[in-house]
Amino acid sequence: MPANQFNSFTDYGIGIGLRATHYHHILTRKPVVDWFEIISENFMIDGGRPLHVLDQILEQYKVVQHGVSMYFGSADKLNRDHLRRLKALVKRTRTSWLTDHLCWGSVDGRYTHDLLPMPYTFEAARITAQKVREVRDFLEVPIAVENVSSYAEFHVSEMTEWEFLNEVVERADCGILLDVNNIYVSSQNHNFDPFAYVNSVPAERVAQIHIAGHSKYRKYILDTHDHPVIDPVWKLYARAIERAGHTATLLEWDDSIPSFQEVHDEALKAKRFLASASLATAV
Amino acid sequence: MSLQSLQRRMARAVMTPLTPSERMRRVSPDGRPMRAVAAQFIKPNDRLTSFERLEIYNRQYWFRVLSSLIEDFPGLRAILGDTRFESMSKAYLVDCPSRSFTLRDLGSRLESWLAKHPRWAGSKQALALDMVRLEWADIESFDGTAEPPLRPEDVAAATGASLRLRLQPHIRLLELRYPVDDLLLAVKREDEDTDFASNAFAERHKRKRIQAVARLKPKPIYLAVHRMDFSVYFRRLEREELLLLRAFTGGKSLDSAIALAFRKSAIPADKRSDLIREWFKNWAALGWFCRAEKAAKES
Repeated sequence: MPANQFNSFTDYGIGIGLRATHYHHILTRKPVVDWFEIISENFMIDGGRPLHVLDQILEQYKVVQHGVSMYFGSADKLNRDHLRRLKALVKRTRTSWLTDHLCWGSVDGRYTHDLLPMPYTFEAARITAQKVREVRDFLEVPIAVENVSSYAEFHVSEMTEWEFLNEVVERADCGILLDVNNIYVSSQNHNFDPFAYVNSVPAERVAQIHIAGHSKYRKYILDTHDHPVIDPVWKLYARAIERAGHTATLLEWDDSIPSFQEVHDEALKAKRFLASASLATAV
Repeated sequence: MSLQSLQRRMARAVMTPLTPSERMRRVSPDGRPMRAVAAQFIKPNDRLTSFERLEIYNRQYWFRVLSSLIEDFPGLRAILGDTRFESMSKAYLVDCPSRSFTLRDLGSRLESWLAKHPRWAGSKQALALDMVRLEWADIESFDGTAEPPLRPEDVAAATGASLRLRLQPHIRLLELRYPVDDLLLAVKREDEDTDFASNAFAERHKRKRIQAVARLKPKPIYLAVHRMDFSVYFRRLEREELLLLRAFTGGKSLDSAIALAFRKSAIPADKRSDLIREWFKNWAALGWFCRAEKAAKES
């Protein structure tokens, strides 16, 4: 089940996000890492050091592209320049699948550079699914959409977040990048049971899982990717793996980034859950 | 409410500047109370009002875009000072919100905007404009295209009248009124040092930087911003050297470019050929010329 059409029938294991502060360590020490996730936008450029480093990484490691500004949920049309540059990068990395967020962030051509939450309406699901299909057809690579952390809900919503996610992925026939930290963060901000979310996701569409840390404030939680993964998030991860099986997993750490080894060790904690998933499959 | 209508309302609120204490404004740009605006489309919960939930996004937006400009324009920030730079950035972003999928392009319109709004830099307007031009050239050079360098055989058959040379796309040629290259390098060096320094040390450096800006006198410079071994460098040029390179980018033949570069030159005629030979030697060593597009693709 976990190696599915939405991740090109691959079994990637445990990866970490490729970050500039770790370039030197990776290129000189060549640590054993199952795979790296790159932020596509950092490499959608014409030349220079970032692409030079990426090419060296690609010689040694598997890389999956993760985007932050496709804005599938925006009412705007797709940005053709963005798509052309993304396609060039897809050819370069030969990514087995490509992910971006189930969110919006631009309107009338103006960009907020944020992952803004969707109104959970049928109109939004239809528009979003159509854009996912257009992107997949243009890029010719499987797409998986990621659930985001959110801090606001809309009056116009007609369903829960997980119902909306299901509506979009069924209409688009695409995969899911299930971010269990984002589910936890949103569950705390919006008072819902995170396990109800994980249990409702179509497991056969889960192409990849994200784990991360966050910051707790007095009245809400922010998705900051600057801490280790907390136990309640590991519990959600265990449940997700129990349902989806041995799935490509990635730790995100984007701020106050510690040493490469510390980040990798944190990611490798996922091994024990993946091992039990493998055992369950074998039995 | 349609998807587009909701997104327009929310984006307008999110992109409204914060108060001086970095909170969401009480009144929206159209004069309505922001509480009422937020309550129209955002649900409250048991801990946060609609206003407070919207405010989280409003603050995130401004923290993100302002820190992006701080990172990209440390030289301009040194010239204007932290407070004025922040106020200017807010005004710029209100007039010129991002129209690109990447934050890398956020400052692409800063030079033209600043030229139309001289009040932000006041008496330092010319200095500030020079710095913005240099910092934007730095950004463009960092990730610009590098094409295969020109080989001797590519030009073997050409004559001075037919030879047309192409510069690497990552090279930017600048005519500046102030030696802002030295200032920017000093600012960047200080920023690297203060990353590991105490507050008192950082404050001393900040004062030194302000004094350095105050002392900077006008002195025309000609500069090539270029990339070598994946790092960006600033190379000072002679005036005629810049004009020659600029003529090449304008598609002039070698003969025409030389004539154009030395048209009003004070350099004695008998010194010019040695000088040009020396320049070409340097440019070739730096890989500044690239092959014609067709030849590069075929190889």
